Amino acid sequence: MRIPYYPGCTLSTKAKGFDRAARDSFAALGIELAELKMWNCCGATFPLSRDNLLDLSGPVRNLAAAAAESDKLAVACSTCFNVLKRSNLVMRNDEEKRERINFFIEAEYAGTVEVLHLLEILRDQVGWENLSKAVKKPLTGLKVAPYYGCMFLRPPKEMGFDDHENPQILENYLRALGAEVAEYPHRAECCGNYIVAFDLDATKEMSYMILASTRRAGADLVVTSCPLCQFNLDRWQGDLTMKRGGFRPIPVLYDTQLLGIALGLDASAFDLDRHYVDPRPVLREKGLL
Amino acid sequence: MRIRLSAEKVHNDFIRKVEDMSGQDLLKCYQCGECSAGCPAAFAMDLLPSQVIRFLQLGEQETVLKSKTIWLCAACQQCYTRCPKGVDLSRIMEAVRDLLMQEQGDKIVIEKLPAEVLAEFPQQAFISGFRKYTA
Repeated sequence: MRIPYYPGCTLSTKAKGFDRAARDSFAALGIELAELKMWNCCGATFPLSRDNLLDLSGPVRNLAAAAAESDKLAVACSTCFNVLKRSNLVMRNDEEKRERINFFIEAEYAGTVEVLHLLEILRDQVGWENLSKAVKKPLTGLKVAPYYGCMFLRPPKEMGFDDHENPQILENYLRALGAEVAEYPHRAECCGNYIVAFDLDATKEMSYMILASTRRAGADLVVTSCPLCQFNLDRWQGDLTMKRGGFRPIPVLYDTQLLGIALGLDASAFDLDRHYVDPRPVLREKGLL
Repeated sequence: MRIRLSAEKVHNDFIRKVEDMSGQDLLKCYQCGECSAGCPAAFAMDLLPSQVIRFLQLGEQETVLKSKTIWLCAACQQCYTRCPKGVDLSRIMEAVRDLLMQEQGDKIVIEKLPAEVLAEFPQQAFISGFRKYTA
């Protein structure tokens, strides 16, 4: 199976491990994630003012490029997924905006593409049972805290492929890989998003609340599918350890890195050494590396 | 604090623009507080999310325009998701920010961001930040 793939700018630069793990893992499952020949940054945030059509042009241009190849577009990053999926709905439902944006970007896109997150593809095209069968190194004894963040699930009317208050897609994914799931209440709390560049103290506090919750639930590591979530949760743990006695740093991995490891692939290309909190000790301890 | 209400004040130009740009009817909010309870950044805010919409309902936008709150909104959509009346407060926040910046200029000066920050942070933080903090 071949699906056009949108990596996004962060996966192409600061989060290459996420991207590489995605491509390698899906290839091992018989799915070629074929990078779009032409794509640009999605804009990293869905424009919320109704008259802001310029910020919609960027993401729509990607959808138009995908439409030239297929009726599907695979996305790894939750934020890109959110922007592309919501922009797609505007093009489908708002005739006036569709005409104006198409005129501006010189395209004729009518909302024909289905924007799919990699986890959706695993759930719907591969299936959890088939995924389990493909696992070579089950993540036995590894207790993982699934971190959804906000972009993946909200707003539910537009993103709507899982219950926004009690999502299960990451839990099912982790169990299919043989891991134990750490249940904790902060799995869909925002990590701070772009606030990190403008009010770092507030972001560190939000990050701490989530991470402390994962530790209270007995997690060995956290898994996420957004590079900014990964950064916000991973980067500041040194500070947090110093300021809150008793806080034990916890590694934060991408869903595709765990996937690659469980499928028995060579993880040296997944940039595990570039994480701030090193995930390799706990993975070695469980015999996974 | 003394607030004088009148039809002109409550439906003033700024408020009408906020409603138009956000596509939201401010008077739908009955102040249940779900948004404030769910907001992950509320702990750092000076005005609670539900207070922001309350001041706007009363035509008291000056208080909102001076707040830190509108700049701490991370557009996580938790407020919209939980609101029993389906009010999209994140759109209201964006409309207020946009109107303020159109008048007073960008909130951040991109050239002044420290080089180490630019080198280290994932670019999606900047791209989304630039979109939210500049007109």
